[in-house]
Amino acid sequence: MIPIEVNGKTIEAKPGEILLETLRRNGIQVPTLCHMDGLPPSGACRMCVVEVEGRPALAPACALPVGPGLKIKTHSTRATAARRMIVELLLANHPDDCLYCTRNNDCQLQSLAADLGVRQRNYAGLKNDYKIDMSSPSVVRDPAKCILCGKCVRVCEEVQSVAAIDFTKRGSKTIVGTAFNEGLNVSSCINCGQCIVVCPTGALTERSGIKEVMAALADPEKYVVVQHAPAVSVTLGELLGVKPGKDVVGLMTAALRTLGFARVFDTSFTADLTIMEEGSELVQRLTTGGVLPMFTSCSPGWIKFVEQFYPEFAPNLSTCKSPQQMMGALIKNFFAQRMGLEPRKIFSVSVMPCTAKKFECGRPEMTQNGIPDIDVVLTTRELAQLIRMNGLDVNALEPSGADTPFGERSSAGKLFGATGGVMEAALRSAYYLVTGGEMAELKVEAVRGLKGVKEARVQVGDVDLGVAVVSSLGNARRLLEEIKAGRKDLHFIEVMTCPGGCIAGGGQPLGAKTENVRARMKALYQIDRDDALRVSHHNKEVARLYEEFLGKPLGHKSHELLHTHYAKRDVIW
Amino acid sequence: MGELLMQQFGSECWNRPEKPCPELVACLQAGPKCGTDPARGEKYRELTARLRREKIDKPAIFIGLGTCGLGAGAGKTLAAVREYLAAKSIDADIVEVACIGMCSSEPMVDVQLPGRTRVSFGGVKADDVNALLDGAFQGVFDPKHLLGQFRQVGLEPYVGTPYLDEHDFLKLQTRWVLANCGVIDPKRIEDYLARGGYAALAKALKEMTPAQVCDEVERSGIRGRGGAGFPAGTKWKFALNQTASKKYIICNADEGDPGAFMDRAVIEGDPHRVLEGMAVAAYAIGATKAYVYIRAEYPLAIKHLKLAIAQATEYGLLGRNILDSGFNLEVVIKMGAGAFVCGEETALIHSVEGKRGMPRPRPPFPAVSGLFGKPTVINNVETLANIAAIINNGANWFNAIGTKGSKGTKVFALSGKVRRTGLVEVAMGTTMRQIIFAVGGGPAEGKTFKAVQIGGPSGGCIPDQHLDIDIDYESLKRVGAIMGSGGLVVMDNDNCMVDVAKFFMDFIQRESCGKCIPCREGTRRMLEILGAITRGRRMEAGVQALERFRGVMHLQDLGDVIKDASLCALGQTAPNPVLSTLRWFRDEYEAHIFDRHCPAGVCTELLNYAINAETCTGCHSCAKKCPAEAIMGNVKSPHYIVQDKCIGCGTCVSTCKFNAVVAS
Repeated sequence: MIPIEVNGKTIEAKPGEILLETLRRNGIQVPTLCHMDGLPPSGACRMCVVEVEGRPALAPACALPVGPGLKIKTHSTRATAARRMIVELLLANHPDDCLYCTRNNDCQLQSLAADLGVRQRNYAGLKNDYKIDMSSPSVVRDPAKCILCGKCVRVCEEVQSVAAIDFTKRGSKTIVGTAFNEGLNVSSCINCGQCIVVCPTGALTERSGIKEVMAALADPEKYVVVQHAPAVSVTLGELLGVKPGKDVVGLMTAALRTLGFARVFDTSFTADLTIMEEGSELVQRLTTGGVLPMFTSCSPGWIKFVEQFYPEFAPNLSTCKSPQQMMGALIKNFFAQRMGLEPRKIFSVSVMPCTAKKFECGRPEMTQNGIPDIDVVLTTRELAQLIRMNGLDVNALEPSGADTPFGERSSAGKLFGATGGVMEAALRSAYYLVTGGEMAELKVEAVRGLKGVKEARVQVGDVDLGVAVVSSLGNARRLLEEIKAGRKDLHFIEVMTCPGGCIAGGGQPLGAKTENVRARMKALYQIDRDDALRVSHHNKEVARLYEEFLGKPLGHKSHELLHTHYAKRDVIW
Repeated sequence: MGELLMQQFGSECWNRPEKPCPELVACLQAGPKCGTDPARGEKYRELTARLRREKIDKPAIFIGLGTCGLGAGAGKTLAAVREYLAAKSIDADIVEVACIGMCSSEPMVDVQLPGRTRVSFGGVKADDVNALLDGAFQGVFDPKHLLGQFRQVGLEPYVGTPYLDEHDFLKLQTRWVLANCGVIDPKRIEDYLARGGYAALAKALKEMTPAQVCDEVERSGIRGRGGAGFPAGTKWKFALNQTASKKYIICNADEGDPGAFMDRAVIEGDPHRVLEGMAVAAYAIGATKAYVYIRAEYPLAIKHLKLAIAQATEYGLLGRNILDSGFNLEVVIKMGAGAFVCGEETALIHSVEGKRGMPRPRPPFPAVSGLFGKPTVINNVETLANIAAIINNGANWFNAIGTKGSKGTKVFALSGKVRRTGLVEVAMGTTMRQIIFAVGGGPAEGKTFKAVQIGGPSGGCIPDQHLDIDIDYESLKRVGAIMGSGGLVVMDNDNCMVDVAKFFMDFIQRESCGKCIPCREGTRRMLEILGAITRGRRMEAGVQALERFRGVMHLQDLGDVIKDASLCALGQTAPNPVLSTLRWFRDEYEAHIFDRHCPAGVCTELLNYAINAETCTGCHSCAKKCPAEAIMGNVKSPHYIVQDKCIGCGTCVSTCKFNAVVAS
């Protein structure tokens, strides 16, 4: 431990630590706008500047290594004045439309201005005249609100290795933009929405589907159904004042019903179905010499990533549609037939932790006769807003369960919400499919946790299965490069676009801290621990669906409705 | 094929084109190193004398064809010289040299007759060539063009002709870095070799360990000539002490200050000096790859550098197993797109890596983790150009001149309102007044000196009362300026200091990389405030007058915070032009703000126009041209300007043939 002096008091710093970490651990808050945990310091925003004895200029706490004899003042008049001026400078050309901004009351710039006591416009700068980019089905960019902290650029490049956006132009004309300033829809953006999650202002938001949903709910001609993804129920609470890590599935279902949805289905049901199909596909590939390793295909950002950067790996992707799209296809076929409804009269909504799902539901493969299987995707954030907009007090509702025929789920399906969950669920069922028996220990510790890359060897019958679980596309890219370079020991790989999986998806609460993500993950593991039904292959409603409609996994009907194909996709860089 | 490689000095000589003799450099400079034939020594000395053009058989005409010379018309002069020689059937050598640094005397032509000293002439336009050469071949020199003769041992000088080194522009200079510029043909490695070139590299490789080289350089006291002035030897030692699979040397030739062109001139005029410095630096830190980061706007420098790298490689002075020492060095030219910020070392590294040129916080310093994450030393062109002499002559020779904290010489690019502009290399400790008045000749007749801007957009203005300070890293800081890379722009009473500050702020806010907020947003706000100060009252609308007053109050605050909180040196020095002019020329700011008057008459919007009724002839042409229809009057009777309508564009002043419109 190294003693350093902060504001006249001695505190302990760990060797090799950056000052910001020391300060935070000791409860001393210096504001940051550009800092990202786990990435090298950027030093762009200068909000965390502190006075260091013996240095002529202020130094950023985010990039200052601690050392013996360090004496600093974090909130001296000079440091605070610099911070205030930085905020004033940002406000000088910022659009003054906070009341109309999606981030009103949830904006870091706004709260910093309030905290630092900026109450007068000292610098009247010329406003920037930038156009809003609405071209993407998932992400809306408003460069005028951008403060150029660079977090979106960094998450896109350094975490996701996509680099769809970067700084362009120089000096005071610098903006974050796409290649050739084209729309995000034709860029290499994979719609993951991680940029939205890290954005401190309203420069990046999801493309809202609330209006369409409200209109459909008010339309007596429409039969409006909704499904909710496994990761939504463990995060929604955070937006409604519940502490992180609490599963609110019952209240959420009740809220959805109150909002007027005719049926509430659980996407975890089709997660179980996915396991039946994908597990069978894996067994088939293993036994018939198919293309290996097989990659999961539930994460639409990952799919687009493969299509545009690694089309040579398209045959390795499981042909299974994602659980959302399986549900969508079943609703407008099986369910519609069962209910005697015309598919076009059904308005199918899904609540997802994801912005890429908004893109996925618009893919031409995901329509039948011009009717989309899913009409609108709402993010967790949008659902919370819908609930608030309709004045629902979730705590006053009576918890209820999902509707048949797609209401039952195993806890394996629920695990889809966290990185490693698909793998764990698949291993449980693959073991059953191959050996006819159950795994002695259903919990597969090696694929659990928030680590970006996890690998394991699992004995399934005669096969020594090599499996890997990666989350974030930067990690996926590294693994793909290893495989390209000749690595051959892997059979099955789960890839989630977002670091940590769907619990940290692009549609989840903004600016989430790692401990929140950890709590969400714990909630899912808790559900799995306590559940009676922990394997997909014993889901009775899934079994009945096969009996009454689909026949068998990988059968003709399955292929028609639940499987698809992927091809090379051209994008402007 | 290099001509010395083809040379074989008797049957005992080892030198072969496919494998140059490792003693080649030493042999050429210090006579034969092996063998017993006495005739060989003679042959060597003659060869060296010929390469140095001390012994010539036919007249030689040297033409300064650096970028500055070409800009002044040296290309046409060259054509005229060729034509002259052809017409008169004179057999003479034409030697294309680069720039000696006397910008105001371009185009320059030197003439050397066999056995006689070389004589320099300035301002030789194509039309002047015939008369000048007619005279020069007879030993009769036109005083209008004559600059002086070279001081050359063993050659007969012209009696009564002044020596070039006694020229007012040159006599105060100590030309170490510029020694060869404008003198040798930069496209021939042989010219450099014959003047002692690559001896330092040979010495370092043969007689010194990398640590000794670092020591020598550190003891010499040389500090980075790029602006910040960090001791070069110390930087090298940091890198030397790193263990890494690969290390890099980068030569920073991204010269971006408006009015600075030292690096360009050195690379154009003496590229091998820079390469030799790089090779020694690479050896000293253990680097095997070197980059020259040079802006693409310097095509001639790049051309000379490419040629120099090819020649040095051919001679075995770069590439694999240099001079049989086992030391390898690959030199690569990396062209930059001309962003000012790419002179900052972390931004430069990003640019070389193919990324956007944006600085990152330090530590880690490049000497620890630089290019591609490897230890990297980045030195400025001028720093590297000093290295060979330090190794050859020793640290004590170098640090014998200069001040306590600043040793050696510094090259400045002197421009602006002085009689003689150009490249000036003076010993540290020379006063600014000497440079401007003795070397530069002071402002033109009838003008008075106002200030000198040093250090480009990062530097500051020094007023007359501080001109007697020594050139020294520390003393310049005390008056709010910095050494910078060496731009010196002189201003006289025709320059408005607010306008000068506005010029630099405009430059900076366009060239800021856009990463950190104080620099990106702050410089733009400062420019907007300066714009408001110089905006005419007629142009002000609504609350703009109020905002102007308030803005002025904030100018100093903004400057202080930008300096204090910015990420890199660009931002930390960006407000200097404003802060230093505010400090020394506050009265001019106040005249603009309160009196709405520009004392130098530069800020046109602030001028008031009136027509002198006595000189006005009533020709009506100003009234016809006035875009605001503010001029009234009948033909043939005096006109007048309606002040409320006047937009202050100044069109009437330039239209009037009788000087009847008066601006004040």
